[in-house]
Amino acid sequence: MSLEKNILVKLNNVGIQQNGKWLVKGVSLEVEKGKIVTLIGPNGSGKSTTAKIALGIYKNIEGNVEKLTNNIGYVPQKISIDWTLPLRVKDFMVLTDNIKDELIDEALSLTGVIHLKEKNLGNLSGGEFQRVLLARAISKKPELLVLDEPVQGVDFTGEIALYELIKKISEKLNCGILLISHDLHTVMSATDHVVCLNGHVCCSGSPKDVARNNEYKALFGEQASQTLSVYEHKHDHEHSVDGKIKKN
Amino acid sequence: MFDDFFIRALVAGIGIALVTGPLGCFVVWRRLSYFGDTLAHSALLGVTIAYTLDFNIAVAIFITSSIIALILVKLERKTNLPGDALLGLLAHSSLAVGLVFIGFLTFIRFDIMGLLFGDILAVTTDDLLIIWIGGAIILLVLKLIWKPLFASTVNYELAEAEGLNPNRAKAIFTILIAAIIAISIKMVGLLLITGLLIIPTAMARNISDNPHKMVIFSIIGGLLSVFLGLFSSLEFNTPSGPSIVAAALILFIISLFKIKQTIQLKN
Repeated sequence: MSLEKNILVKLNNVGIQQNGKWLVKGVSLEVEKGKIVTLIGPNGSGKSTTAKIALGIYKNIEGNVEKLTNNIGYVPQKISIDWTLPLRVKDFMVLTDNIKDELIDEALSLTGVIHLKEKNLGNLSGGEFQRVLLARAISKKPELLVLDEPVQGVDFTGEIALYELIKKISEKLNCGILLISHDLHTVMSATDHVVCLNGHVCCSGSPKDVARNNEYKALFGEQASQTLSVYEHKHDHEHSVDGKIKKN
Repeated sequence: MFDDFFIRALVAGIGIALVTGPLGCFVVWRRLSYFGDTLAHSALLGVTIAYTLDFNIAVAIFITSSIIALILVKLERKTNLPGDALLGLLAHSSLAVGLVFIGFLTFIRFDIMGLLFGDILAVTTDDLLIIWIGGAIILLVLKLIWKPLFASTVNYELAEAEGLNPNRAKAIFTILIAAIIAISIKMVGLLLITGLLIIPTAMARNISDNPHKMVIFSIIGGLLSVFLGLFSSLEFNTPSGPSIVAAALILFIISLFKIKQTIQLKN
């Protein structure tokens, strides 16, 4: 069955305890090739934890994880680079894989930070660093992308552009994406499946289904269900990172 | 060619500096300098065991240091003590036990100063073999685990998520530190080995903007320290270990001026 549906990773009733307290419990979900699964939920609801379980970072978990690919790109929520380690963007790009220079340039161009290639990671702004993280994850052309708040700190227009890029990547590479977003406004139209977490799976389904769900409304309020509607937005031009206008 | 003790010391020093350069970078990046110290202190215990059982010193040190590293890992899991307290506990207790043992070994004439601070006169042709073969193995293994070790040094979760097995790399790296201590103890002495691991690396950090440069400068710094240290050791009849580490310190101080200059240039 896994083969038919092209499942990349499958969580079966997983959970994890820390100091006798459940961080998440009873989560089941699957990510298929070419599909985008979005995890939403309030702070502390276990979104990042669930992603880390899916990635196999946590060892002593309940339930089981079937990981059917090893070609994974990961954008973690938090990452701090120690100043004792001098690291340029281009060193960081080949951190887990020996990627060809053309692919590095391509990925950095896609996320709009090719001009930072020689810069030291410590000198980047939050938004620039986030773009580099995303570029690194996509440059290896992964089968599964796990993106934990991939656009945090990115300015609003950049945010839209990056979400469009993520959608494009999922189509182009036909990879599965597990996306975490605390920002309900930007849950994309491209999302195939939304899982709403609050220590357990509150509800799940297509974005529209979830928006109509009563538990979801109870968790986020009535207003939120309107904002989680389909995000469609068009410009006749876009801006590159340095502010220049790029015609479409 | 290796008849002259000074040539032997020089060849030994070059072999050691080639290995301490890259290993030292990881020690600094991973914040393991006190861990290195602890393993080095425990080496004294290894030396006493080697003398008691008439065993090769380098091998005995390698084994005891590896065991101490394992005990540390166990204690970290089983107790609520912070890492530095555990390191202090192991470093000083193994040093103390080692010294107590030496007290019992009255039948052997012991050069305790040479052990603590290094002695260039003590380097034999056999030691050269151990240093160069051992050093080559250490570098080869380090090259093999470089990717996962480096990636997990930058970010553990990234390395684990993308399938690099950082835990295995970390365990192997620990063994490599025990190995470098074992092969360099005669030259540098057990109190100062960590100095040779971290001071040239600290110098290299001041003048590098990327990891590869830092490794290369660290090796060059180590080599220069060995040359300067050994020649002054010969000239002034000082112990080799302190002379090498003092030379490394001088290089570090010079590298600080380099930073000042570049900052001024930018302004």
